[in-house]
Amino acid sequence: MTPELGHFALILSLGLALIQATVPLAGSYTGNRAWMHSARPLAWGQFTFAAIALALLLLAFLMDDFSVIYVASNSNTLMPTLYKVSAVWGAHEGSLLLWAAFLAAWGAAVAALSRSLPLQVVARVLAVMGMIGIGFLLFMLLTSNPFDRIFPPPLEGRDLNPLLQDPGLAIHPPLLYMGYVGLSVAFAFAIAALLGGKLDAAWARWSRPWTTMAWVFLTLGIALGSWWAYYELGWGGWWFWDPVENASLMPWLAATALMHSLAVTEKRGAFKSWTVLLAITAFSLSLLGTFLVRSGVLTSVHAFATDPARGTFILIFLCLVVGGSLALYAWRAPEVSDGGRFELLSRESLLLTNNLLLTLLTALILFGTLAPLIYEAMGWGKISVGFPWFNTMFVAVTPFLAFAMGVGPLTRWKQDEGERLVAELWVPFALAAATAILAVVFMPLTSGWFLVPLGLGLAVWLLAAQIQTVRERLRHKRGIGALLRDLAGNGRSFYGMILAHLGVAMFIVGATMVSNFDMEKDVRMSPGDSQEVAGYQFKFLGVQNQPGPNFMAARGHFQVFDGDRQIAELWPEKRTYFASQKPMTEASIDWGLTRDLYVSLGEPLGNGDWAMRLYYKPFVRWIWLGAVLMALGGLLATTDRRYRRAVRKSLKAPAGATASAGS
Amino acid sequence: MKARQKRLLFVALGIFGVGVASLLAISALRSNISYFFSPSQVLANEAPANAIYRLGGLVVKDSLARQPDGLTVLFDVTDNAETVKVSYTGILPDLFGEGQGVVTKGRMGSGGVFVAEEVLAKHDESYMPPEVADTLKTAHVEGVVQMANQAATPANIPVPDPTPGQVTGGAVQ
Repeated sequence: MTPELGHFALILSLGLALIQATVPLAGSYTGNRAWMHSARPLAWGQFTFAAIALALLLLAFLMDDFSVIYVASNSNTLMPTLYKVSAVWGAHEGSLLLWAAFLAAWGAAVAALSRSLPLQVVARVLAVMGMIGIGFLLFMLLTSNPFDRIFPPPLEGRDLNPLLQDPGLAIHPPLLYMGYVGLSVAFAFAIAALLGGKLDAAWARWSRPWTTMAWVFLTLGIALGSWWAYYELGWGGWWFWDPVENASLMPWLAATALMHSLAVTEKRGAFKSWTVLLAITAFSLSLLGTFLVRSGVLTSVHAFATDPARGTFILIFLCLVVGGSLALYAWRAPEVSDGGRFELLSRESLLLTNNLLLTLLTALILFGTLAPLIYEAMGWGKISVGFPWFNTMFVAVTPFLAFAMGVGPLTRWKQDEGERLVAELWVPFALAAATAILAVVFMPLTSGWFLVPLGLGLAVWLLAAQIQTVRERLRHKRGIGALLRDLAGNGRSFYGMILAHLGVAMFIVGATMVSNFDMEKDVRMSPGDSQEVAGYQFKFLGVQNQPGPNFMAARGHFQVFDGDRQIAELWPEKRTYFASQKPMTEASIDWGLTRDLYVSLGEPLGNGDWAMRLYYKPFVRWIWLGAVLMALGGLLATTDRRYRRAVRKSLKAPAGATASAGS
Repeated sequence: MKARQKRLLFVALGIFGVGVASLLAISALRSNISYFFSPSQVLANEAPANAIYRLGGLVVKDSLARQPDGLTVLFDVTDNAETVKVSYTGILPDLFGEGQGVVTKGRMGSGGVFVAEEVLAKHDESYMPPEVADTLKTAHVEGVVQMANQAATPANIPVPDPTPGQVTGGAVQ
């Protein structure tokens, strides 16, 4: 009975979304306040029913209700409870339900936290979110209902894909989806502003915390996915330029550009049309990502069995969203005056540079990701684009980005003098140059002789320039107390930015080191054998069988020595899951701030011998720690008092009054 | 500088930058793409002799043979019409199996053995790479003779239809 209730809840949620998309919107044009007021309760209602549906699917998993096809194909009585929970979003239907529930949750959050926004804006924003909700709920109900039944029900489920039975992957999709879906809020604000024909500083200020929050989730989601791929796939890589990974990176890059462009729009009233276009782009890219993943048109190491009908639906939805919003943009944007003049050397210019570079990078990645489709459509054959191409493109663009990142925060709005900037930045520049020279002199010359000095130099440049930026801000104050007072006061978005930029520096160090100095060895080992990797001795003691809850593991035992001293014991596993009979490699990693030691088991070769893969991965953690720092920075920035105070101010003054301020 | 000139300068710089970037990107792409060929196409000498390309199909049952060094394996890849022997040194992905779809990347070695540098792994055992699904369908429907006739025009069959695994949906973005 409960699955039918879940199905019913989804239909109710769709019904409410339909009303939410139309009535408040109509009210906002006719001035009917009651209709506009209906937006909030409708958003709450849509969320409530989507949440009920999600809870009922969870219940079906916890109760091992194999009469539901989705549960039967993704669960098993032996599976640990944690994975029964994460199996809810472990496959297509459930992940869509999670997506729809998150969308409704963001809508409810907007409803709850928008008490002081003009009613007209709230009504329009929530109406747009209702439209997106319709798309996803319809998609689910028409092509991928998670509550479909099977008769007769199987006695045992088929088990969740073993790769997904991992704590990292239990939380990776929810974080990523929160980010993807969160971009819909920025999109809805942009569309609402276009509908009203009023793109002003107030609009930018409302959008900023929402965009940043979505970006925080996206950052964490991508980082977690990268970390999962690193330890779970057993190849020791952290980024593969796979279509599915690119699908998450493109909205991230667009959202990063959007955050920076929103800053200009809020502070200076410039870049308005561009900001709107970015908001549309960011959300469209997250929809495109969904299409690429769900349709299976691209070969991907992440690819799962797919259904073309679903791809078609998403493609149509994507065309409606992109086409509709661009048409609206073309119709409305010319009316928007572009205010805020600025000189060539100004923070606006540097943020524009940032935006151009990020957009360029997004476009390049989009091109590389879609190239196989273009080639196939043109009849030029079936191709795949190798990851060296993506690496080259990334490395060609990011140094300029990192350089601008050092200059931008120190530069003044509107107009600045070159001499002043040189005086501020010569020390960071000298430090960076010194680091690069030291790297050339002392690092062993590998093929990356050019990349190592470049990467480390840029990281030092970023670090020193951000420190200089903080010193400049606190120039007339003294000591750590001033910094703390600043943090308690109005400085949070400033320090958030600094923190995020330091995260980028950290990421650059990690990526540079691990790409140029990692070591890998594929070897055959007998019990008692030792192998040396990067100065560490890996001693193989043998493999024993060890049963797990729903699998049998062959568990290897390694001791790792640095000279004579034993520094780690590693237990890599090769698991065979009972239900699916699928083998699954569990790598074992001794992690550290400066290096990871990594062992994964290959196949047994008889007589207790095994094929093994041994890795030395220097500074690999810095990649994910950098991402965490970026996310923390974003989080800090959203707590800035300005957003709350600004909201209070706009209570007193109608939005129209602030509108003219920037333009 | 007047605001108008400034804007023009920005636009010009922007267009120039994008132009240069796309030129570089496209020329770099040419040296980084690898084409896909089926065993039939390889035996019909359609695949380049000295370049890296991808070969895909089904792993023939009971063809997997491990060499004495323990790390090199030989296996046959087929599109149900023709078969090519592949050698690979290293650790095979978990979901590699006889009778299952596989995509390998490498170049043709001596004696008609394809030397793979990379064997693609999939997250899901019921997933079939679109190219492989396509290859099997082509070979199955049109037969070997027509495959040979097709030699002049490389396969440009519309969007593939990877049917297996109705119930197992995808996951993980």
